[in-house]
Order: sequence, then structure tokens, then C-alpha cells
Amino acid sequence: MTDNEYCTFRLDELTFGIEVHQVQEVIRPQVLTPVPRANGVVEGLINLRGQIVTAIDLRRRLELQDRPEGREAMNVVVRTAEGEVSFLVDEIGDVVQVDDASFETPPDTVQGVARELITGAYKLEDRLLLILDVPRTVQLPAPA
Amino acid sequence: MSEIDEIVGEFLVESYENLDRYDEDLLALERDPTDADVLGSIFRTIHTIKGTCGFFGFSRLESVSHVAENLLGKLRDGELVVTGEIASALLTTGDALRGMLADIEATGEEGASEHADLVAELERLHAGGAATFAAVGDDTAVDAAADGGDTEVAAAGVDEDAAPDAAEEPPTPRLGDLLIEQGLATAEDVALALHAQELGDKRPLGEILMEQAKVPVEEVDQTLATQASARGLAESSIRVDVGLLDELMNLVGELVLARNQIVQLVTEEQDSSFANASQRLNLITTELQEGVMKTRMQPIGNVWNKLPRVVRDLALSCGKQVDLVMEGQDTELDKTIIEAIKDPLTHLVRNAVDHGIESVERRVAVGKSRTGRLVLRAYHEGGQVNIEIADDGAGIDATKLKAKALEKGLITAQQAGSMREREALQLIFGAGFSTAAQVTNVSGRGVGMDVVRTNIERIGGTVDVHTELGGGTTFKVKIPLTLAIIPALVVTSQGDRFAIPQLNLLELLRLEGEQARSGIELLHGAPVYRLRGRLLPIVRLDDQLGQPRLVTAEPADGDREVINIVVLQADGHQFGLVVDDITDTQEIVVKPLGGHLKDATLFAGATIMGDGRIALILDVLGIAQRARVVSEARERSAAITELDDVVATGTATQTLLLVGVGERRAAVALSEVSRLETFDASTLEWAGGREVVQYRDEILPLVRLGAAIGVHGTNASEGPLEVVVHQVAGRAVGIVVDAILDIVEQHLDLDDGDGRPGLLGSAVIQERVTDVLDVAAIVATVDPGRFAHDPNRFASDAYLGA
Repeated sequence: MTDNEYCTFRLDELTFGIEVHQVQEVIRPQVLTPVPRANGVVEGLINLRGQIVTAIDLRRRLELQDRPEGREAMNVVVRTAEGEVSFLVDEIGDVVQVDDASFETPPDTVQGVARELITGAYKLEDRLLLILDVPRTVQLPAPA
Repeated sequence: MSEIDEIVGEFLVESYENLDRYDEDLLALERDPTDADVLGSIFRTIHTIKGTCGFFGFSRLESVSHVAENLLGKLRDGELVVTGEIASALLTTGDALRGMLADIEATGEEGASEHADLVAELERLHAGGAATFAAVGDDTAVDAAADGGDTEVAAAGVDEDAAPDAAEEPPTPRLGDLLIEQGLATAEDVALALHAQELGDKRPLGEILMEQAKVPVEEVDQTLATQASARGLAESSIRVDVGLLDELMNLVGELVLARNQIVQLVTEEQDSSFANASQRLNLITTELQEGVMKTRMQPIGNVWNKLPRVVRDLALSCGKQVDLVMEGQDTELDKTIIEAIKDPLTHLVRNAVDHGIESVERRVAVGKSRTGRLVLRAYHEGGQVNIEIADDGAGIDATKLKAKALEKGLITAQQAGSMREREALQLIFGAGFSTAAQVTNVSGRGVGMDVVRTNIERIGGTVDVHTELGGGTTFKVKIPLTLAIIPALVVTSQGDRFAIPQLNLLELLRLEGEQARSGIELLHGAPVYRLRGRLLPIVRLDDQLGQPRLVTAEPADGDREVINIVVLQADGHQFGLVVDDITDTQEIVVKPLGGHLKDATLFAGATIMGDGRIALILDVLGIAQRARVVSEARERSAAITELDDVVATGTATQTLLLVGVGERRAAVALSEVSRLETFDASTLEWAGGREVVQYRDEILPLVRLGAAIGVHGTNASEGPLEVVVHQVAGRAVGIVVDAILDIVEQHLDLDDGDGRPGLLGSAVIQERVTDVLDVAAIVATVDPGRFAHDPNRFASDAYLGA
């Protein structure tokens, strides 16, 4: 792994990281236009300087608890093969530099969707930095 | 790309362009062989290609152009006069050159072909040989459309007035010469200054002269300007990458939004200087938007300019004489649309020459002029561009069309009988249909017109045909100006805005008061509205979108004061979409949805509204399918649907109307039902020994279903009559039933039944044995002559499940 810089953000109690070069920008809470009948994790569409970007609620994607009412979500806009996608997260953290040696793949006890979407964790001093597999995260499961 | 590749690239683009003009010029020359200007232009084109090829070492290309140039030289010197033969050979030369250029473009090398036949032909003509024109080998007829030349914004004009000899553009006049000419400097001064340059003075000539105080500063500036303008047209236009224009277009869209927001802010602020500034911003933005839009617009002439050649060659090979008239070449269209209509238009033109216009003998025989006339006309109308392709040929014989379709098994005799002329004409757009008596190498392979229609419809256009037997045929193509910006109706549903493309919009209905409360009726749970006597299926937008109804915002249906219905058309089916509110119509910029929403079939895209918020664009067909207004399979038109039905296999499902008759139930294909009506028993009258009612100023004969199929115990004549109206060949018959029960869609598994008249058999529908009606047999009892009964038709067509 050559790029050791991660853009970090929080979801509930967890800290996640996405490689910096995959992140296009981080923006304030935006007005969302809901898309009826779309996959439940699609929170809506945002207008990113004239471009229409799909916003995916990462809490729901990772099957975490829904964000408490009234709490606005920040947008982490990532580049994907199918264009830009915005991840809705609770809070934006710093860009951190990590040491390859502190990386570990998730133990087998990690279950469910997290097992699929989290490639591993860096053991930071005070917490774990979970690394998100962006291409997999934007692949939405077929709606039930 | 290396520098040399770049130069070759420029040479290619320029040559393609010149060759396009070369074709046009040759056709012009053929009409008027004395036109020296045109001949000069032709000569220049070939000469330039020859010269440049020599420079790059493309020897074959050079030698072909060299022979052509020799021939042209004789023409120019008046030793030869242009004949059809010479024009053909020169046109073929153009094709050969294009082919070789295309090879260079693809491989960097010229092709292997020596074009020996062509060279021999050119030499023979050059020698003034009298031998007959030998067909030039196929290898030369490379149809390299070579679209390379189409990407530029404006073609670099070539100086028309240059003498034929001046093969290259006249050199830019030198500043020194100009100054001398204008008497501002003497020849010696200039010579001195030039000498200084030779000695190593790097400064421009004007500067040296100014420093030497020989020439006043302003004069040099002015003269430099003269020099600049003398560079002429060639340098006043540039090529721009289309991708860059798209990007600019996006940015302008953004600017428009930002402008809208600022203009909104101004209304809140009181500061007048801010208001002035924003007013200016407003104007400039609008102009900029128009300007950028214009850069993407191209005159339709860019597509048309290839057609004279097509028409000429085709007419020649068919032995016809055709005069091509083009009107409205300047009509502008968005570049993407121009690209999309190129092929369909060419096909329509070829068709007109090949099938439309008659041979010379035939024309003379029917008293027409020898030369046929083909008119291309383009004009703007109501935000759309209309293109007409009109010939004065034989017209299309609807009767023959039907006979042909019948022969090919595309329609049944029954359908042919009931088909009106307009419907019959639509047959030519069907797949696998061609009326050309003989399959020519031009058209008539039966794969053309359906593709033409598909391609035009794909860009939101329509194509229609009008014909007059013996008088000619006109194809009318309507296309939007641009794909990126479409007119749309903005509606709201549960607080969200949605845009509906106006293309799908038929009309708007507003039900108020009593109408709002009772206008929408239920047909076994399915809401319908009587629109001018026809049942219009009603679909609620919020239901389709799965939006929870805001209880406070909207009382229950029964109490609503106003109901807004947008009448839409999808695949030939009409339905009414109930929306909360109709806001506005406006031009919207269509933006695609991300790949993650490709399953969202209800939406065709999204757009950004004036306030910067996003509105989704409804896919009317998607909604119709979801609401089951149209079946899953995309149908093209009623006529085609019927054709498809004939060939469809047993898996198709039927939409059936269930009716009650006595204690029994009966089913009738919904396609056989034109309307459902209720008549009061007191309106019953007798005519010709039958029960009839007056219906829409006509007499509607009635058939009692119970009597017709031998079911007893049906109701007597008091009380209202439920009538299923069936229409055949423009005449209606009413079938009186006891009750209208339901509409179901299902696959029919038909039993033979017990041989009672008027039945195709019986089937189990909704867990009950149901008689399946043979409507044709039933109505045939009314007037056996009029409603001829063809048992085969219904067995094969109406009830596929059998």
C-alpha cells in the first residue's frame, strides 16, 4: 500500500477511513431530493455544482442504527467508476497518516455486511480506523 | 501525437472538407459547365491535395490526384467541356481520394490500391477518348463518409475569388509592402529596415521603422490591422473540441443557477447599486447562455450537403432524372441531433428517388415533366424542427400496401378490411416490409423504414407520411431542437416537484366541485374517468411513487375540492395521472442519474430547478408500466401490436373484461371493447326487427348476450342496460350484458366448450368457469353481411392462449 493518507469520518461510535485519493471533496449538509422507489440506502440526490450526485446513507449501508432525527449529515464525495457518489456521515475527522505495520484484516468474528465492506483496520493509539472498500460500498444490493 | 502526425491530421481534416466541397462544386459544374469560379475551386482542391501528398510522400495519392489535375487542366483551358462522363469520373476520383485518406487516418499509410482503372479512365478522358464510360472498379467506390470533418465548429472558409492558378492561398501581404503602398514609408526605408533584420535585429519591421522615426506609430498600428484583416476568412474561425463546448455548456448552466439565486437575493436587499450590478449580471448571463448554445448549433445544410451527390448517383443508376431542391439549409439544430438524423434522412431521400419518383418514360406517359422533383424543406415550428422530404412521384398505393402485408402474413384479411388509409400507410414503417417489386441494391430490402422510425423516435422525434396517388409522397419528420434542453411540465406530488416531458403530454384536466367528488368512477376498484365518452384509466402519482399521503395536506379523495389530471400518452396508450398541483411549464436541462439508480425505471433523469434544487424527470412509459396501463413489453403502435399478436406464441396474456350474464360469467378480450355504456331501458327502440338505441347520433343495434349464447334467466328489459360497445369497420354494435364485473389480465387456457354458438370455449378465470365470447360471431348475427365473421381470425389473433 503506497497511499497511507486517509480521510476519516465518524459513524455512530465508529471511525472510518477512505484513502485520500478516492475522496473528491467534503461538503456541508446539502438539500436532498428523495428518489421514490429507489434502494433504501439512497438518501437522495444532491446538486454538486450542476452535477447530480447520488447520496448514500452510510449508516444504513453498513446496517448501523439510523442517524438520530434532526442531526444533519456531512457529505464525503468519492470518485467511483460510475461517477461521483456522496456518502452521508455523521462527522468529518482529520486526514491521518498511518503506519502500514499497524494494519490488520478484520477477524472472522466480524459478521454481516461489515465483513464485506471493511477491508481491515489500522490500530491507532486511541481507537481503530476502519477502512472502507469504496467500490463495494457503492455497489448496492438489489432492492428487496 | 508527434508534430508530423499533427500536421498530417490537419491535412486530413482539411482535405475531407475540401472534398465535400469538391463534390458540391462538381455537381454545380455539371449544371453550368461554363462557371469558371467553380472550376477554379475544383482545380484548387485537387492541386492542394496533390501538392501536400507529394510533401508527405503519399505517392499513390499523389499520382491519382495528378491525373485528375491534368484532366481538370484541360477543362480549365477550354479544351474539354464537362460531360456527365467526366463528372462521374471526377466524383469517383473524390471517393478514391477519400478512401485513401481514410486509410492514412486509420493506419498512417495509404492503402495498397493503385486505382488503376480510375487512372486509366481519367487518362482516357484526358486524351479526349471516345470510348464509352467503363464502370470504374469497385475498389474505388470507397464510401468513406469520413466524419472527421464534422467536428469543427465552423469550416475554415477558402478564398473564393482567388484566380484558378493560385492553387495556394494568396500570401499575406508583407507589412513593408503595405507601408510602401500607402505611401507611409519609402522603399529604401523598408529595405534598410529589412537589412537591419538580416543583420540580426530581432525586432519586428514596424518597430524598427518607428524607431528610425520613418513612420508614425499610429500608422504602423493601423497598417498592422490592415495586414491582420488581409489574413482573411481562413484565420477568422477556429476548430474547437466538442467536449470543451459541453463543459462550457455545463458551466453556463451553473452560472445561470447562481444568477437566479443572486436575482432572488436582490429582491430582499434594498441596495440599488447591488441591484444594478445583478441586473447586468442577469443580462450578460442570458447572452452568454445563448452564445454557448449557438456554438453547438449547426445548420442542417451540413447534413444535406452530401445529399445532392447521393441523389445524382442514384438517379443515374436508376435511369431517372431528379431535380433536388433544398429549402431552409440554414435551419439550425443541436450537433447531437444533426448526427442522429443523418442516416434516417439519407435513407428517406434514397427511398424517394428509388421508389417515389418514376422513371422518365413513366413520367412522360402520365403527362408529368421528365425530371422528377425532390424537395427537402426544413423550418422551425413551435420549438421543434420540421423536415419534409417531398417527391412528386407516383405516391403510395394503400391498397397495394395492404395486399403486400396480407401476402406476407403481416396482417389478416379482417384487419386489411378495417384498416383506413392512414393506418395502412403506417405499414411501411413495420419491420420486414418492403413494397419494391424488385429488390434493388439501393433500397427495398425491407430493413429501412422501421430503422428510420426507430432512430427518429429515439431522439424524441416523430415521422409521418402523407401521400397522394399519382401526386407524390411527403415524409414529415419532427425533431426537437436539442436533446439537452426539453420543454417540460412541472408538477408536485406530496411536496416534491417532478418534471414531465411535454412530448408525452396530451392535455390537462382540472376537476372541481361536484366533478372532483364524483368524476372519477371505479371499475371494479380501478379508477377511470370518462373523457369524451372514453374510459381513461386513472393513476395516482403518489401511489406510483410510493409516497406516504400527508393526511393534513389532503383530504380523502371523496372530499377533494380540485383534482388535477395530466393526460399522458405512452406507447399509444392514454392514461390520466393525478397530481397534487401543476406548477409551471419550463425548459429544463436534462441530466442523467447515476449508475446506482439505473433500476429506478420511473425516472428518465433529473434536472436542476431555478432555486438550485433537483427535480426528477418522470419516465412516463415506466410509470405506465408500473401502473399496468401498458403491458411490460414495449409496444410500438396499435398497428404493429396487432402484427405482433399474430406472430406471438402462446405465452401471451390477455386483458379480459368479465361480464355477468344470468348466473354465468363471460369474458371478452378488452381489445374488442371500444366503450362501456349504460342505457336506460326507456330509450330502447325497435328498427328492422332488432332492438336499437340512439347513440351518438347513430343507431346502435343491440344484441342480448344471454340470447346470443343460449344462457337463460337474464334480466328483463326494465332497469338500466349495461352495454359493451364493439366497433367493426366503423360501425358499432352493443352487446347487452347483465353486469360489468371486472378487468383481469391472464393467460387463457381455453377448453373447447360445449359447442354453444358465439363462444370460443370456456376457461377458468378467478376460480370460476367463464365463457369466452367470440365477439365477431355474436355481432355477425346483427348484420351477417356487414360484420362478416372470419372464425380463423379470432382463433389465431384474439385468443392466443387457445
